[in-house]
Amino acid sequence: MLAMWSVPVVATEVDDAYLDSILQIQEVTVVENRKKEVIKPQSLTGEQLQNLNSQSVADALRYFSGVQIKDFGGIGGIKTINIRSMGTHHVGVFYDGIQLGNAQNGQIDLGRYSLDNIEEIQLYNGQKSNIFQGAKDFGPSGSIYIRTRRPRWDEGENYRVIAQFKTGSFGLINPELIWEQRITRRVSLNATAEFTHANGKYEFRYRRLNLDNTVAYDTTAIRQNSDIDAFRAETSVFGYTDKGRWSGKAYFYNSERGIPGAIVNNVFRNGERQWDRNIFAQGSWENNFTKRYQMKMNAKYANDYLHYLRDDSKELYVNNKYYQQEIYFSMANLLRITPWWDASLATDVQWNEMNSNMSLFARPVRFTEMVAVATTMRGYGLDAQASLLGTFVQDEAGDGEVHERTMQYRNEWTPAMFMSWKPLADAEWDINAFVKRAFRMPTFNDLYYAEVGSKNLKPEYTMQYSLSSGYRYGFTDAFMQSVKLQGDVYYNEVTNKIVAYPSGQQFRWTMLNLGNVKIFGVEASAEGNARVGGVDLGLRLNYTYQSARDFTDKADSYYGHQIPYIPLHAGSVVGRAHYRGWNFNYSFIYTGERYNAQENIPANYEQPWYTHDASLIKDLNIGRVGCRVGLEVNNIFDQDYEVILNYPMPGRNYKVTLKVNI
Amino acid sequence: MKRYIVAILSLVVIAAMSSCREDIYIYPSSSENVDSPQATGVDGFYLLNEGNMGSNKCTLDYFDETTGSYVRNIYAERNPSAVKELGDVGNDLEIYGSRLYAVINCSHKVEVMTAADARRIGQIDIPNCRYAVGHGGYLYVSSYVSPTQGDSRAPLGAVFKVDTLSLAVVGRVDVGYQPEEMTISNGKLYVANSGGYRAPDYDRTVSVINLDYFAMVREIDVDINLHRVKTDSRGMVYVTSRGNHAQVPSALYVIDPEVDKVTAKVDVPVSDMAISGDSAYIYSAEVNDMTGATSITYSILDLRSLQVVDNSIVKDGTDADIKMPHGIAVHPMSGDIYITDARNYVSRGKIHCYGRDGVLKWSQTTGEIPAHFAFKMSYK
Repeated sequence: MLAMWSVPVVATEVDDAYLDSILQIQEVTVVENRKKEVIKPQSLTGEQLQNLNSQSVADALRYFSGVQIKDFGGIGGIKTINIRSMGTHHVGVFYDGIQLGNAQNGQIDLGRYSLDNIEEIQLYNGQKSNIFQGAKDFGPSGSIYIRTRRPRWDEGENYRVIAQFKTGSFGLINPELIWEQRITRRVSLNATAEFTHANGKYEFRYRRLNLDNTVAYDTTAIRQNSDIDAFRAETSVFGYTDKGRWSGKAYFYNSERGIPGAIVNNVFRNGERQWDRNIFAQGSWENNFTKRYQMKMNAKYANDYLHYLRDDSKELYVNNKYYQQEIYFSMANLLRITPWWDASLATDVQWNEMNSNMSLFARPVRFTEMVAVATTMRGYGLDAQASLLGTFVQDEAGDGEVHERTMQYRNEWTPAMFMSWKPLADAEWDINAFVKRAFRMPTFNDLYYAEVGSKNLKPEYTMQYSLSSGYRYGFTDAFMQSVKLQGDVYYNEVTNKIVAYPSGQQFRWTMLNLGNVKIFGVEASAEGNARVGGVDLGLRLNYTYQSARDFTDKADSYYGHQIPYIPLHAGSVVGRAHYRGWNFNYSFIYTGERYNAQENIPANYEQPWYTHDASLIKDLNIGRVGCRVGLEVNNIFDQDYEVILNYPMPGRNYKVTLKVNI
Repeated sequence: MKRYIVAILSLVVIAAMSSCREDIYIYPSSSENVDSPQATGVDGFYLLNEGNMGSNKCTLDYFDETTGSYVRNIYAERNPSAVKELGDVGNDLEIYGSRLYAVINCSHKVEVMTAADARRIGQIDIPNCRYAVGHGGYLYVSSYVSPTQGDSRAPLGAVFKVDTLSLAVVGRVDVGYQPEEMTISNGKLYVANSGGYRAPDYDRTVSVINLDYFAMVREIDVDINLHRVKTDSRGMVYVTSRGNHAQVPSALYVIDPEVDKVTAKVDVPVSDMAISGDSAYIYSAEVNDMTGATSITYSILDLRSLQVVDNSIVKDGTDADIKMPHGIAVHPMSGDIYITDARNYVSRGKIHCYGRDGVLKWSQTTGEIPAHFAFKMSYK
């Protein structure tokens, strides 16, 4: 990851090893020179991110290997991600170092995180293999780290204002203002406010042919109730001390959106609405007490409100409000025993609470304590790490009509081992492997949702074995600049998978620990950068093969079948060209054939889909003011496709961006 | 640079060509021979597969008794111009006169087809429709929501009256909460109200509608969460309660239409039943919320004595193959018994045919969540 930054590296002593970013101390640009993680992540940074045809973090993640996005379509549609087919619930999403929580349903809608204020997105399989982190970071089966913009100052610069305006298809109006201020030499502030409005309307088409190739039906309609109004405001303060750094963040998100729903026979419009309000404040402080001992503390408070309204004369009225709170505190300690041997201890505590206006709501409260011990050793080109995470969960909840609150206890120990080997000292070639056991707790919805939840559920487990190798070569040649190759092979198993089963009558479901899925996957990616006559060129290719099969019960008709919505083949191609302030990007995303239900039969077959997107960006300076004008075209060939059955995706659509940097 | 872009583009084209999207065809039917041809006075039966909510996978199967073949998914093939096919979540199937009516709950419509070959005639838009029954030239359709009423937040259900010639809604009567099945006896329509979405404040009434005036004349208090209501040859009305899936078990009640009162309670759990002569063939598949256990039971009830005369329907042990019974019917002539199996509800189900002796005759794969039968008589 560091190799991708062409910033001069001025390494200081061990002291700066805690810095994971570029920053300035006493006017010297410093980049950490020591690899922090045993296994490097997939990442997208800075310009790369800004040039992609992406509105949200979810859109950007499509370019990574081994990732499936569940996309219900449009700007307001939910977008969740699934790493290596283990399921959305096994993905941890960390925003500026601290995990985003959702105790209610355990998934994070990444469509809500706009890319504009984001500096880097990293995807770690297994976990971030860095031992100096919160215990929670050792938990998920795969993690996404999103890092927001941090101010960086040129000599004599004290503030910066960036104003941006986007508009385009779906009635999009999206202004954003970023203000960065240098408060003292060591303290900076970033404040961002963004408003997104879209009517969400787009054309979609369903066309079917008779076997003799005559048209059976061909219907075009406009997606309804897909509008969104969202406001996001975020303020961060970053500070550096002699021996460490600190940061604080306050985040506010408020939205109202339509839930467009499935398009089925005779129903081309649905009436559900949803309001969300997410507030959180988080802080982090780390310090090098001695050359051998470092400490990091994180704290967070989150307050989430969700309001779901179904006020449709055809349906039964539903008006549910959910309130969630989370308090999190973490302390991580790192001890440098010898120059080649580190050990760490992290302890986290977390409290979650949920309430609702629903009658007989269980009002669950969850206490979680986590402790992680980890060690890492280096030498002879080998980097090895072992960690053990203990998670202790106490749930307290009411039981419907009985006014008695009961406790449930779940304790889990999950180990992980990571290894990286650099066989040749003078080549950027590494061979990596990891083994990890992980689990996810049943969510509050799984356990307590009215008439659905089953409070005796056990956690769902994953076991991962992964082997990968990466190679990078930097040319001194005038034409080719660098080539990067990466290949991964893995085998995962998901056991005790929590599955919702309808239980007889329409309005009743049960949750059972039933599923067993075995996943074998291969990922390959290649990246090359070249320079021809003043034109910088880049090409990135990704391919993913995943065989994710259901081995739950031999008696099932779908025993051994590929699980729903996981394509065997998927891939992307991203090409870019840069010439004197002109930026051209082209991307192609391919998702192979899939099935929309457990049985791999023709009735459940989903065709492959693929979109071609392009963007053209021009940077120019008007006096001291930097400007950027961008034009995006997505789904150029206007393909009618669905990611999820009966949720049509938009056809060709456009976006215009204007950005001013003062 | 040009060369480079050409290279990229050709790569893209190659990738795109390797596995392309193709035109999507109407999904064809498939048939299998399962039995020898019979001549019983019944041509065969239609079977409606509900399909999961949001999947739009409600399908129609047909068993042709005259050839002994079972045909899956006939609707789309016979009605290719119907946009998005039959619909989302089928909930009832009726043959009345020369027409076949399919109540499609989440498509908010009753699909009207020819009984002879399931060709589409039209549709009746009724929001959240549940069950249908025909009588005197009209089709009566129960619905969870009555469109115009004071409190839209806790809507009463309704019964819609549809003129079967014009397919127009000609009347509506508000009933209890979330009404389910209906039956006709003694010139009156009996509607089982569930209130299933109001737990724990379930409805517990049967609404009685006088069909001459199409007005509710009585509400009979029965038990919580009512679901099925059927009539036997004597006109007695049998109504079932689902219970609350916890302390209150499912049960069967008898209403005498002469006095419109509950005259008996039978402690037998019922998910669905089929009445043939003086016998009710019953299955029950219940998940108990407190224990998490699913219990599946079968029984045959003598409707004269109200005694359970048998605790099994299938006699050859093949009922062990039924994972989740979800529909039952008795052949009006031969007395063959049909039980559908929804399996785990998210994959294709099965239909099993048993002789009167309870011995398996044939089995066949159906669509998703097979449930509702309509027999097609030869003389029609």
